[in-house]
Amino acid sequence: MNEKTMSTPETDVDTSRRNLLKGGAAAAVVTLAPGVTLRTVEAAVTGPATSAQRWGMLIDATAPEHLWDLAVEACKAEQGWGPEYNTSGKANPLTDPQWIRKVSVKDPKTGAKATLPVMCQHCAKPPCVDVCPTGASMKRADGIVLVDKHICIGCRYCMMACPYSCRSFVHEDVKNQRPHMPRGKGTVESCTLCVHRVDAGQKPACVEALNNAGSNAIIFGDLNDPNSDISRAVAKHVTQRIRADLDLEPGVHYRGI
Amino acid sequence: MRSASQILSLAFLCAAIVAMGLGGLTTSPAQAGEVPLPNIAKAYKGEQCVEPVDVMRRNHFEFLMHQRDETLREGIRGQKYSLNDCVDCHAVASPDVADGKLRTLKPFCKECHEYAAVSIDCFGCHTGAAVPGIGKQSSLPANHGDKASIAVLEAHLNAERQGGTDQ
Repeated sequence: MNEKTMSTPETDVDTSRRNLLKGGAAAAVVTLAPGVTLRTVEAAVTGPATSAQRWGMLIDATAPEHLWDLAVEACKAEQGWGPEYNTSGKANPLTDPQWIRKVSVKDPKTGAKATLPVMCQHCAKPPCVDVCPTGASMKRADGIVLVDKHICIGCRYCMMACPYSCRSFVHEDVKNQRPHMPRGKGTVESCTLCVHRVDAGQKPACVEALNNAGSNAIIFGDLNDPNSDISRAVAKHVTQRIRADLDLEPGVHYRGI
Repeated sequence: MRSASQILSLAFLCAAIVAMGLGGLTTSPAQAGEVPLPNIAKAYKGEQCVEPVDVMRRNHFEFLMHQRDETLREGIRGQKYSLNDCVDCHAVASPDVADGKLRTLKPFCKECHEYAAVSIDCFGCHTGAAVPGIGKQSSLPANHGDKASIAVLEAHLNAERQGGTDQ
């Protein structure tokens, strides 16, 4: 910054800067002189999230099993978790975080089997939020359950409270974090429902990966919107939620378990 | 009654303080036995931060902390202050980091933080490394030596200020 700008009274600079920025749409180009343009690219402010929406997923557990591996890999790549992100470079299966995992279940009486992905169920009444001593574990207005790692102290109370074992503690130093998903040792983390993508109007990474593979095995959408794909599917098929007896009202629905 | 030497030394001290003030945070050479002043890296691009430099120096942590809560907890995105946008403009390559192959915030942030003995946790989780496609604020390429561009920009700002255009 040059001297003149620095020595200009703060209010003056502030005003002009504001006017410059207020001037408009997503990208404003101001021509200052021939060949000299000032381009101000200002993204539109979006949000806040409101309870008008209730994000959820419907997972078809009758879909081919290999799809769930695809979903897990897509999540790892999008959010930057897995052994390759450990600073040590080593896999520690007992402690490495699992944001989403493939689970096989079997009815011992009938022998019926199913394989399904399990991730944070984004409960309407999340026990992890109830127990958090610092307020780090939180639910957004649109039903997405998150960890505010800025104030997480790593006590892991939420991990004990979660009936789905869907939260992980970061035991090791991590590296190469994604810009939209800062991760660090000593905090708890879990599926964010790809909140950074949802806020940008996109689908979560796992859903998009399955769509790209030609599958609709996970449907994502707004459960409050009666015309959304997910609302129609939930109205059409008999669905269930894991441990519905706990009355936590998860946002993740399953069918075919 | 003060002696002449006392007054002289007082005057010298005042002069030294003024000189330090003028030197500011730029490149005044370290006196023997002093901690060297921070040598802040020039921005990778952009000629004007989201606020004037003195405001940013004083308040950047407040801006970032308030906005991080609004972004994470309320889902408000695309506001003025963003760590990713800091990265976008201020991440520069340095031989200290990844052999200069990576643009990071380290040469920019760490200089002052070390000087002021400020210990922050941001970069335990945020890498501060530039990744293509993040950040949206500035698209004006940095050319800090281009006085002509800056002069034209200043003229534009002054004209706007005097014209009182309130859009």
